[in-house]
Amino acid sequence: MQRTLRVTSYIAIALVVFFVLMAFLVNLTPLSENTWLRVFFSVSALNFTLRASVPLILGALCGILCERTGIINIGIEGMMLAGAFAAFVAKTSTNHWPLMPSLLFGVAIALLVGGLMGLLHAIFSIRYRMDQIISGTVLIILAGGVSAYLFDRNAVAQGKFGAVAIPGLSQIPVLGEVLFTNPPLTYTALILVVVIHIGLFYTRWGLRSRACGEHPRAADTVGVNVNRFRYMNTVLGGMLAGLAGGFLVLEAVGQFQEGMTAGRGFISLAAMIFGNWMPFGAMGAALLFGYTQALQNELLLAGVTTVPRQFVSMIPYVVTIVAVSGFVGRVRPPAAEGKVYETEGESE
Amino acid sequence: MSLSTLRRIGYMVLIPTLAVFSALLLGAIVMWIFGDDPLAAYRGLWTGAFGSPRAWSTTIRKMTPLILTGLSVAVAFKAGLFNIGASGQFLIGSVCSVAVGVNFEGLPAFVHLPLALLAGVAGGVAWGFIPGVLKVFTGAHEVIVTIMLNYVASLFAAWTVYAGGTQGQTPGPLWDRTAGAISRTPEVFMSARLPWIVPEPYRIHWGVAIALLMALIMWWIIFKTTLGFSTRTVGANSKAARYAGINVRWITILTMMIAGGLAGMAGAIETLGLNHRFAPEFTGGVGFQGITVALLGQTNPIGVVLAAFLLGALEAGAARMQFDSGVAADIIQVIQALVLAFVAAPLIIRQIYRIRKPSDQIEATVVSTGWGR
Repeated sequence: MQRTLRVTSYIAIALVVFFVLMAFLVNLTPLSENTWLRVFFSVSALNFTLRASVPLILGALCGILCERTGIINIGIEGMMLAGAFAAFVAKTSTNHWPLMPSLLFGVAIALLVGGLMGLLHAIFSIRYRMDQIISGTVLIILAGGVSAYLFDRNAVAQGKFGAVAIPGLSQIPVLGEVLFTNPPLTYTALILVVVIHIGLFYTRWGLRSRACGEHPRAADTVGVNVNRFRYMNTVLGGMLAGLAGGFLVLEAVGQFQEGMTAGRGFISLAAMIFGNWMPFGAMGAALLFGYTQALQNELLLAGVTTVPRQFVSMIPYVVTIVAVSGFVGRVRPPAAEGKVYETEGESE
Repeated sequence: MSLSTLRRIGYMVLIPTLAVFSALLLGAIVMWIFGDDPLAAYRGLWTGAFGSPRAWSTTIRKMTPLILTGLSVAVAFKAGLFNIGASGQFLIGSVCSVAVGVNFEGLPAFVHLPLALLAGVAGGVAWGFIPGVLKVFTGAHEVIVTIMLNYVASLFAAWTVYAGGTQGQTPGPLWDRTAGAISRTPEVFMSARLPWIVPEPYRIHWGVAIALLMALIMWWIIFKTTLGFSTRTVGANSKAARYAGINVRWITILTMMIAGGLAGMAGAIETLGLNHRFAPEFTGGVGFQGITVALLGQTNPIGVVLAAFLLGALEAGAARMQFDSGVAADIIQVIQALVLAFVAAPLIIRQIYRIRKPSDQIEATVVSTGWGR
């Protein structure tokens, strides 16, 4: 276990170094005249990768929070869509406010509604012992239905988050352009990866959360309120998924479309599994998946027609199947996932 | 029939009925909150689903694929598997049946049609085989694999009919050359179409008869054969099944193949009976709805038919409801989600209506727990 982990992180670090080197070479030297190299390593490809990855990172973090405490969450897609719609409604109804407060209000409402979706999932799966996978399915259908039913197709959201260059760092060639000239929610997502990693593995809250997901009986025995942790973390997770939806509306697209999450919730799920339920692993997987989307885009822009774009888009899904099939090291889910926890002697 | 059997059947009918009733009621409250008139909406819904012969035919048409995808999900549930991939299997079934249907001109209908149907079923079987075999030999959870295969299927289907786009990409192998920039297949030959039972304007095709027949066959297999018994044993307790000498691995793979085949058949029937072609906007949405149908039907094939009828009616009435009352048809999706929530958590219904849990233990719909094996 430990060994595979170390090997995986070496590979990841090597990949990162390779990409940074290539990015420098391709974007600063005449190598940029080669179409293929440009497709793979241009600043626009890397920028697109990061942009496409942000909702996946947030979605995967949502999954990690829920599943580490033992609640399976395949409803990320629904939570994200609800967050996106909430952000859109909040933004359109405050169009007359100054831009920044209106956008921040949108973010707040996206967090709130995402959290409520998380609460609903927790109530379904803990209080009413619904199968957690079905509860997730309910959330997806519900969010799709409610957002389509209430969507006012004439409403237009005015304005979205713009890029904020970090002074100094953004002057670094290539890297500055890719990493340090981004809109605020992108920075937030990257910071959250670090925060949640530290939270899960270096704080009391994290230890207790993980105990609830691995061995709830043991956690209960030492006085941890298992279901309270499960409620809390599912709500927190829902907020992150809501933020991912908010990102789509307030930062990436600027508007809402029906079903605009378009499977990102499911890809987040895949990123979480591929990343072995670890925040940094999930971020790596999300970047990889974002990269395949960027490739598809760049190939189209560069006029490369030899590879059908549908097959490029398939890569993340096929990679995920391979990953869960255990060809790439074994991923290991939290042990007590999906099981309702009852304290001894308790019955309905 | 003994009293306890009757009581058990009563309970099995009571929960879904109350679930549907509660979902409609809650849906009405939602409409009322957002300023719509629920009474007008439901009146329109009823007219659109049952108000005229035409309405009835729409209901039957919408019900047909739901029976098959519902059976697909239900069969998997019986073996303790969650087939969330019916929509992918549906799409592959559609594409495979079209591939046969637009080729082989001049074949007599009694060869061409069965061949096209079988191609659809085979496509679905293959698409169900993958998660089955991966689960058995690598422990990959079928929920993840089938979700991912849904996307692969929809991209693959999109590719086969792809028109090529503006920058001269190669068009897909099934693309209709006469369609210009539109991505779609040509229409299948007459010899590969399912004939109408009731022709235009009612457009009821033989697919509905096939679907009902499949429900009967599945009922027989599940409850009257050794295979069905083994499947149910695996679903109830796979460890016990192994000790009893049942080949759990084989049952798992076979069940996923049957589930895939049923969903693939749904795709083939929709294509050969109704649309006569495939285009990317035909989604596998009915595959997703199969989950609601299967649970509403308590994973019993007869129940599945009733549930598919109900959901088909909701779908059929939605357009008329929007037209008559101005309530967005999307409220139907909300109602379906509520139905699913209530049937999946009988505890909610039991608490609201204060129903005592029947004393003799009734097999709960155990679905799956955790990502592990």
